[in-house]
Amino acid sequence: MPKIKVPKKSPSLDMTPMVDLAFLLVTFFMLTTKFRPEEPVVVDMPSSVSSKILPENTLTITVDSAGRAFFNIDGQSVRRNLLTRIGEKYKIQFTEDELKKFSVMSTIGMPADKLKAYLDAPDSERKKMDKATGGIPIDTLNNQLADWIVYGWTAAISDEAYAKKKESGNELRFAIKGDGGVDYTYIKRIIEIFQQNKVNRFNLITNLQATPTTE
Amino acid sequence: MAEVNTDQGGSAKGGKHGKVRAKKASTHIDMTPMVDLAFLLLTFFMLTTTFSKPKTIEINMPVKDGEPTKVNNAVTILLSDKDRVFWYYGEFKPGETQLIKSDFSDNGIRKVLLDKNAVAHAEVMKLEEQLAKRQIADSTFKRLSVEAKSQKSALMVLIKTDDKAKYRNVIDILDELSIASVGKYAIVDIMKDEYDLMQNAN
Repeated sequence: MPKIKVPKKSPSLDMTPMVDLAFLLVTFFMLTTKFRPEEPVVVDMPSSVSSKILPENTLTITVDSAGRAFFNIDGQSVRRNLLTRIGEKYKIQFTEDELKKFSVMSTIGMPADKLKAYLDAPDSERKKMDKATGGIPIDTLNNQLADWIVYGWTAAISDEAYAKKKESGNELRFAIKGDGGVDYTYIKRIIEIFQQNKVNRFNLITNLQATPTTE
Repeated sequence: MAEVNTDQGGSAKGGKHGKVRAKKASTHIDMTPMVDLAFLLLTFFMLTTTFSKPKTIEINMPVKDGEPTKVNNAVTILLSDKDRVFWYYGEFKPGETQLIKSDFSDNGIRKVLLDKNAVAHAEVMKLEEQLAKRQIADSTFKRLSVEAKSQKSALMVLIKTDDKAKYRNVIDILDELSIASVGKYAIVDIMKDEYDLMQNAN
């Protein structure tokens, strides 16, 4: 019996346009993505109609729903410089490894005496510490947050990359990222600390609300 | 000089008949692994990207030691817990001033602010319209709207909170202010009389 010949069709199809598109998208996403390190606290920001985008290069104070204060500043070299200054102030000797770790971290909410232990701890341990911490102390007697703000500011000013950014009108901004459910008194305290350090202009970070209506 | 050996067994000498033919290789390369990788990366970046950039409200706090300026057209908004909001118009006169209860709905505090700030709001709206029609430039719009908001008859709003007020409500009020084009406002400390009045006003 003669075999029935099935016409042989090449199984390969022209994938070029698809590949083109795929790479275009990959390039797009690669260039637009900015990796953000994990935040130690979840903050539910209140929504507002403001459509102003938060500028880069900020010093952010995060206040979570329990009123704990956390600190964050952009720029690796700035952070490194900042931690050195904090170390000098509180007589803590940070190792090279700890400085490096801190420079790539994000928000921090540890009192000075626990800082070293926090930086040395493994990731899983750090998460536990974030949950247990009371944030950076903000009472009038032990106002460590003010130190963070002042040293963060000075570190930023003396930074080279920062000077370049300043030329392009992108100076250091101060921002408060508060949880919508937190008592205003906590935010007020942060504003007070800002003002004591001659910061009278700052940003309140919010989420975008679709329509100008309130719930 | 380096010599490149083009001689291929002497056959190139004649070249009359058979051209040297390159071996015809298929133009198709197996792109599958590359495509796999491309899509893997694509998926990864798509899932990790967040497009919602945080937004911000910029505020300027008054310098602490500044003397409080007298204003004729002023509304004081008082905030408390459970989304309660009160307001009164003008100066605070002990025994005389009554707090008016309001809320965050469209007919609540927003209406009050729009009413009191009607002149400035209308001007800003007009400017916005002109901007939308491209009759004025961006920078002109900014300058004129700031002027309109800070004119003498424009409303001045003072925001005061008690110790139980939520941050969300403060943001809500700031929002209402921007909707009603109020340019002059300040978040200030509450006075004892106002505090007492608010606690009784429940």
